[in-house]
Amino acid sequence: MKLWETFNMKKYINTGNKDTRSGFGAGLAELGRTNSKVVALTADLKGSLKMDEFAEENPDRFFECGIAEANMIGMAAGLAIDGYIPFAGSFANFVTARVMDQIRQSVCYSRTNVKIAASHAGITLGEDGATHQTLEDIGVMRMLPEMVVINPCDYNQTKAATIAAAAYYGPVYLRFGRPGVPNFTPADQKFEIGKAVKLNDGKDLTIIATGHLVWEAIQAAEVLEEAGISVDLLNIHTIKPLDEKSVIESVRKTRKVIVAEEHLIAGGLGELVAGVLARTCPAPMKFIAIDDKFGQSGKPGELMKAYGLDADHIVAAAHELLNGR
Amino acid sequence: MANEYSLENIASQVRRDIVRMVTKAASGHPGGSLSSTDVLTYLFFKQMNATPENWERNGKDQDMFFLSAGHISPVLYSVMARRGYFPVEELNTFRVFGTRLQGHPSIEKGLPGINQAAGSLGQGLSVAIGAALGKRLSNDKSMVYVLLGDGESEEGQVWEAAMAASHHKVDNLIAMTDWNHQQIDGTTENVAGLGDLKAKWEAFGWKVLEGDGHCFKSIGETFNEAVKSCGNGVPVMILWHTVMGKGVDFMEGTCKWHGKNPSQEQCDEAMKQIDETLGDF
Repeated sequence: MKLWETFNMKKYINTGNKDTRSGFGAGLAELGRTNSKVVALTADLKGSLKMDEFAEENPDRFFECGIAEANMIGMAAGLAIDGYIPFAGSFANFVTARVMDQIRQSVCYSRTNVKIAASHAGITLGEDGATHQTLEDIGVMRMLPEMVVINPCDYNQTKAATIAAAAYYGPVYLRFGRPGVPNFTPADQKFEIGKAVKLNDGKDLTIIATGHLVWEAIQAAEVLEEAGISVDLLNIHTIKPLDEKSVIESVRKTRKVIVAEEHLIAGGLGELVAGVLARTCPAPMKFIAIDDKFGQSGKPGELMKAYGLDADHIVAAAHELLNGR
Repeated sequence: MANEYSLENIASQVRRDIVRMVTKAASGHPGGSLSSTDVLTYLFFKQMNATPENWERNGKDQDMFFLSAGHISPVLYSVMARRGYFPVEELNTFRVFGTRLQGHPSIEKGLPGINQAAGSLGQGLSVAIGAALGKRLSNDKSMVYVLLGDGESEEGQVWEAAMAASHHKVDNLIAMTDWNHQQIDGTTENVAGLGDLKAKWEAFGWKVLEGDGHCFKSIGETFNEAVKSCGNGVPVMILWHTVMGKGVDFMEGTCKWHGKNPSQEQCDEAMKQIDETLGDF
């Protein structure tokens, strides 16, 4: 029997590495052409956030705020009150913890329709080191009432998520990254906020992944499949509101779960899933995430490996879970 | 209503409302409310092109007001109620569980006239700038007003906003500072060395006007000049010279009444000093 005949897992093809921030830029440019209410603001990071195209095509709807993130969030809230749909962008670190109070009062508590666009999230920011590598942002943002938290996995999904964020009324935190990563989801995908994407049906083990870890989880699932372990694989692009139904359905079936994310354990998707499962169907669990540490300088790939955020670590965690460890 | 009573009479009633509200709620911020009373009375009854009947949160084709120093909610609520945004009787519910008159202004329970939450200081000017830019983008010729506290101006975000308004030539905005020289811990000089606010705002590229915040003639003239100064590519700041606790002798000129409610006896004493003109709530 040929190998491909025994291989039941759905195949995902990398159509070429692309950075997710460029997916945001492409989505924003498209919104600029299709929705005259969309405006964009940045705090001296237009190029890094790939906002150039939108800014060139819509100079009157683009606001350069300088290195003053707190004011940028307030300006975005004011524009939203007038009926505009502002995307306020900077590095994830500078549009979350740094301005949490502004987002809390002027955006979430005031129910302003502001989209926080956060690039260079996580450890894959790389060489700039820990000052810029936010690993707490999902926790910080998901604690805020009213905030929707989206962490797409590749270029195509980030573009789709950007367009979906504009169509949704209310505060949204949209997280994406710096380096080129495999682009494998369909270009014409329908992005439904709050709906998990089932990547594979399996029975032995659930793997739940978000952001850059989704591709790693696919690689891990393929390795596990070859070892005769079938993986139920979920891409959680919306961390809040979490698609609890899909999580519970999967874990009820497999009774074992790994959650993989480029974030601290504290405040991350893993903790969120653990909370849901504790209330519904407690199951043995492994966290592929960073445990109470800052990052450091290095290449994205080398950091992901060093901090245990890659396919190899997911495979190892799976074997431990299946062996009852 | 706006023309039935003199501004002096309205302001007198607003001062009674403020003191009675914080007494009844046994909490709240009378000092800065009393120092801002005359300016906000003038703003809502004479200055702004905005009517309660046409109020919408998006402020379309109406002048908009943002209170940045959210703790002086008593004066805002009283002025708005007296102007007709909601029933005067509702002032009885200030700070009570379930009220639309939250301790600090909130949009949560849908109080007409409130378009943004305020309380955590330093944020309102940024929001007002955004709203003014939105009006410019929509070709809406109405104005945006925002009131800051002087102590609030110690927040760094205020100066981020100061730089941004100037850079973006936001000239459909009139910002105001209630310069009463008091904050919780003492005078603005002793607490933080607030210094020459006029020179500071001018250094950030603003047109700065000054007025007596307790004289309606001065308030009117200063607003007129401010409006004339708009449309010239420069943001406008009015520094209102005011007295903390104005109108109640034992509250005047001290930080002690920033966030403290009077006892019933003290309230009664204050009521003897302020005429009831429109009927208490």
